[in-house]
Amino acid sequence: MGLSGKAAIVGFAEYQHERKYVGERKFYTEQWAELTALACADAGLLPDQIDGLVCSDIREAGMFVPATIAEYLGKPVNFAERVDLGGATAVGMVWRAAAAIELGICDVVVCALPGLPIPSNPIPQPVNEARYFQSSSASWGSPQAEFEIPYGNLAQNCGYAMIAQRYGAEYGYDPVAMAKLVVDQRSNGAKNPNAAFYNKPVTIDDVLNSKLIADPLRMLEIVMPVAGGGALILANEEVAKQCNHRPVRVAGFGEHLTIKTPTYAQDMVRTPVGPASAQAFAMAGFGAGDMDMAQIYDCYTITVLLTLEDAGFCGKGEGMAYLRDNDLTINGALPINTHGGQLSMGQAGGSGGMTQVVEAARQIMGRADDRQLAKHDLSYVSGTGGVMSEQSALILRGA
Amino acid sequence: MSSSFTKPVPTPTPVTQPFWDGLNAGQVRLQQCNPCGRWIHYPRNRCPSCLSADIDWHDVDGIGEVYTFTVTEQPTAPHFSDEVPQKLAVVELPQGVRLTTTLVNVAVSDIRVGMAVKPYFDALDADTTLLRYEPV
Repeated sequence: MGLSGKAAIVGFAEYQHERKYVGERKFYTEQWAELTALACADAGLLPDQIDGLVCSDIREAGMFVPATIAEYLGKPVNFAERVDLGGATAVGMVWRAAAAIELGICDVVVCALPGLPIPSNPIPQPVNEARYFQSSSASWGSPQAEFEIPYGNLAQNCGYAMIAQRYGAEYGYDPVAMAKLVVDQRSNGAKNPNAAFYNKPVTIDDVLNSKLIADPLRMLEIVMPVAGGGALILANEEVAKQCNHRPVRVAGFGEHLTIKTPTYAQDMVRTPVGPASAQAFAMAGFGAGDMDMAQIYDCYTITVLLTLEDAGFCGKGEGMAYLRDNDLTINGALPINTHGGQLSMGQAGGSGGMTQVVEAARQIMGRADDRQLAKHDLSYVSGTGGVMSEQSALILRGA
Repeated sequence: MSSSFTKPVPTPTPVTQPFWDGLNAGQVRLQQCNPCGRWIHYPRNRCPSCLSADIDWHDVDGIGEVYTFTVTEQPTAPHFSDEVPQKLAVVELPQGVRLTTTLVNVAVSDIRVGMAVKPYFDALDADTTLLRYEPV
């Protein structure tokens, strides 16, 4: 079943992630064009070699998004996908691109997730109160409009907090272990010039003393909104050989969707990343113990803890001890989020998960500078969308 | 602090109307699938196990236990700034269904996973009653 591993990431582009962006504002189409040009140059490809694209939402259009992007780039494509998986989108883009390449319907696919602010509209727009409901649909007939939003169960913080609270009731909760995860990731992120928290490590006490947002989650355990964004180019085996860098082969993937709202999860603390990761490992022919690094989607600390358990890096209920007892930095046996994660990068709209894929590629290519791992052949990457409702996993390997 | 935002209220659909009518009458109503016996919440036109349309409504006492909860120090949206700290909870009923709610008549420090809770019918107006929960 699955991929043969011949399609590879051959180049990438990543905006510097900034908390207070003062650069030029750009529409998403404009960021698409810029990121595509940068990623092509990075790979050593000509833009006209692109014959596939994978996108998500753009701010300028609600429908016909792939065609809008193809037209703006001036690139006719044989393959176009729009992925709607929240934070799992970047991982979902990669396997879809790899599958299309292995099918032979395209040779070079660009995937981009812009996240810089767009220009201010000179025509004042009416305030839309529903925009505060974020990813919960307020449309009539939506289950969220009727059974979640009126109770205030919306946005992400409270859902993740309720998952963390349930985890604590079943297995015990250790705020110090969660704080150590933040400290170790921020140590990695301190070495990443693209991170919003570059050169800004934190201590356990910093985390434990940060503001309680939704019990038990504290401010420093939650991603900070930033400006950013990134893109990837994938290519077939022949094209990859001509590119500038070591190809990063897509050896395995998995994806699993269950619910929209965690209230209705069969089991709130056994998450979809479990089956997604099992499929990815089986397809690639590797296990969790074979990985040189794990780039784990980290919108919150609880997401990393549950991914470590459910993907099999440790046993169920052992995650807190794993965080306490292991060095999770680039110096550890299994470095986690070597770029610092989104807890260091910040989260640029829907592009947060792209940072995990880009970092895995950067490490495997051997281009991670001060944080380059000595052993960098195999990476696990996860994506998490919604409130742990849709998750995806990749196994990436050096050629 | 009261909010200048309009509080979002549910707008029933033809399928969900009996649930909200029940709350307005001080009664929790749940659907059950006749062929497979599964209890269903939120209300649907088809059973989420067997996809049968053969579903009936039943009155239940609505007593359950807290499956999980959180207390928010920041409002989840500006519409709820007058409810902080929000005591959000998921309640599990003996029928096996879970529902999203908020807890009332309980101190933050007393909320526990597993605590027994009973319905509190919060009539916002003549047309809308929300199903909140309070300790038994």
